[in-house]
Amino acid sequence: MNNEVTLLKGNEAIAYAAIRCGADAFFGYPITPQSEIIETLSLLKPWETTGMVVVQAESEVASINMVYGGAGAGKRVFTTSSSPGVALMQEGISFMAGSEIPGVIVNVQRGGPGLGTIQPSQSDYFQATRGGGNGDYNVIVLAPNSVQEMADFMDLAFTLAFRYRNPAMILSDGVIGQMMEKVVLPEQKPRRTEEQIRKECPWATIGRTKDRQPNILTSLELKPEIMEARNIHLQEKYATIREKEVRYETINCEDADYLIVAFGSAARISEKSMEIARGKGEKVGLFRPITLWPFPERQLAEIAKGKKGILVAEINAGQMVEDVRLAINGAVPVEHFGRLGGIVPDPQEIVEALETKMMRK
Amino acid sequence: MTENDIISPENLVYKKPELMNDTPMHYCPGCSHGVVHKLIAEIIEEMGMEEKTVGVSPVGCAVFAYRYLDIDWQEAAHGRAPALATAIKRLWPDRLVFTYQGDGDLACIGTAETIHALNRGEHIAIIFINNAIYGMTGGQMAPTTLIGQKTSTCPYGRDPELHGYPLNITEIASTLRGTCYVSRQSVDTVGSILKAKKAIRKAFEASMKGLGSSLVEIVSTCNSGWKLSPAEANEWMREKMFKEYVKGDLKDTTNLK
Amino acid sequence: MSTNRGAIVVDKDRCKGCALCVLACSKGVISLAVRKVNVHGYPYVEPMNPDNCIGCASCAIVCPDGCIEVYRKIIDKEDEQ
Repeated sequence: MNNEVTLLKGNEAIAYAAIRCGADAFFGYPITPQSEIIETLSLLKPWETTGMVVVQAESEVASINMVYGGAGAGKRVFTTSSSPGVALMQEGISFMAGSEIPGVIVNVQRGGPGLGTIQPSQSDYFQATRGGGNGDYNVIVLAPNSVQEMADFMDLAFTLAFRYRNPAMILSDGVIGQMMEKVVLPEQKPRRTEEQIRKECPWATIGRTKDRQPNILTSLELKPEIMEARNIHLQEKYATIREKEVRYETINCEDADYLIVAFGSAARISEKSMEIARGKGEKVGLFRPITLWPFPERQLAEIAKGKKGILVAEINAGQMVEDVRLAINGAVPVEHFGRLGGIVPDPQEIVEALETKMMRK
Repeated sequence: MTENDIISPENLVYKKPELMNDTPMHYCPGCSHGVVHKLIAEIIEEMGMEEKTVGVSPVGCAVFAYRYLDIDWQEAAHGRAPALATAIKRLWPDRLVFTYQGDGDLACIGTAETIHALNRGEHIAIIFINNAIYGMTGGQMAPTTLIGQKTSTCPYGRDPELHGYPLNITEIASTLRGTCYVSRQSVDTVGSILKAKKAIRKAFEASMKGLGSSLVEIVSTCNSGWKLSPAEANEWMREKMFKEYVKGDLKDTTNLK
Repeated sequence: MSTNRGAIVVDKDRCKGCALCVLACSKGVISLAVRKVNVHGYPYVEPMNPDNCIGCASCAIVCPDGCIEVYRKIIDKEDEQ
């Protein structure tokens, strides 16, 4: 069943791809708009085929802590939730960052604040990229804009999480989670053996063998000098990730006078807006960050040189726009367009925003 | 017959277990934690599981437990140890996985994790130190604080009108179908220590045989929090705590001797 | 007729002077050293009447910090004289 095309929801693609990329366990809790993930996993019964564990936990708090335990034991484990559920996971994510544990979290965003709505939104951008828990830490954040990328980013998230011993997040939303598209699923990878885990994760807590000291995973350290050293180590790791792991996509930016900067589903909509504008002779390009953290600062600044203006299109009140402003640093005018409350903008609205805010039409 | 004729390796009958290293423990003089740590170390050695055990330590007085027993450890956020243990055991079923938690950790902020891990029948052993107070943070009221007991947050004695009633979480655990062994012990005398060791050993064996989840509560003292000497604390525990938290096996479907 | 003779070794720098062992010992062997403290400033216990020790290990079992090693030897009464 390899590389043939199937039609799946984004949520379903996460479940299929997780099994195929050798995930060892899923721990999660129902919440709209992403419950299809655990439902699909439950239907596929991977515990009978690859041996993958699937547990419905008693809360998102329990789920993220199960991920902590499983990933701390060297296994590829993940959880999925949506905005208010992911808010409950922030302490666990901060603990994972502090103990350097490679858990993976999928957030299929919905509108907030609070219980909010089950309609899509991108209003958890700050929470994901700044960290909603305590302390100085970062999470690697990947933003898919298609069902294909939902499938592809599962393996990528695990790979990056384990490469840097750091939590990684797929920041999706209700549009991409619920929409159906053609997708080519990754081939089935075998789950890692104990030997592979011992080699790849010598730090994992899987039983202290006589040849080594006990492995202790904790984010606790009371001596300030040691805690500072640990924090400096984390900051050095984040600097390396910023250096090496930035991902983004550009469409028609070379000859563009104006850029739209957008991620995830807003980027899909902006592609259409770009088309409409180009049809009216307005030279517009699209810059799509794929890693929201590390944000493509240098690359955006480079491509924005000489442009007349940048419109940041988001489904929130203006969050990524701040990172764009930081990257551009005043060289080019930057404006924001956003819809709230779960309203998903249509392409024409973005074109009008571009024309009124940028081109002063 | 002088002393040093007796003191020689072949005459050794008791010493600190190997698994317990030489790091001085931070617990207050006379605290029950130390005894329970020793029992766990002895049991892991007796089961030959030194290389196959993963402990999950809590937030509370035992937050440094991982410094004292030379096994692999994960430190859980306050109250979440059973969730970590659930995942570790599900993913490494041939390992001995236990949590070590205090009353605040297990019966207050972690109540949901405790009840659900037990009721899912996770093959883990939960070691529950009940000293009816938050020790590490300086003696505040806990869910298991007795009515009338004075703590820094109920300085005039716990009053159900204000502070509600003591929570008998172990009794609740014994009604959960996922559990196979639920026991309440203490470590204040040689006899009780030997019984506690037997109970913990049974919990560990049951988890390795996949018989379900187990909870062993150790009714314990807190000299500093109770503002009593170690000996007085043991007395107060026998007089007051044992009435509210009655010792014995509350549930045993393990058929283990 | 044979009898048990015991002996204990206390790791005095690990001891915190909680004295629970003193209560547990039925032979009055062990007690707090008089006006002495260890490197951590804790009072500590030592075998004051070592000859009474029968090696039952009660002191070591109740010790929360595992500070006491216990030895025991079975000897004939006659050799005692």
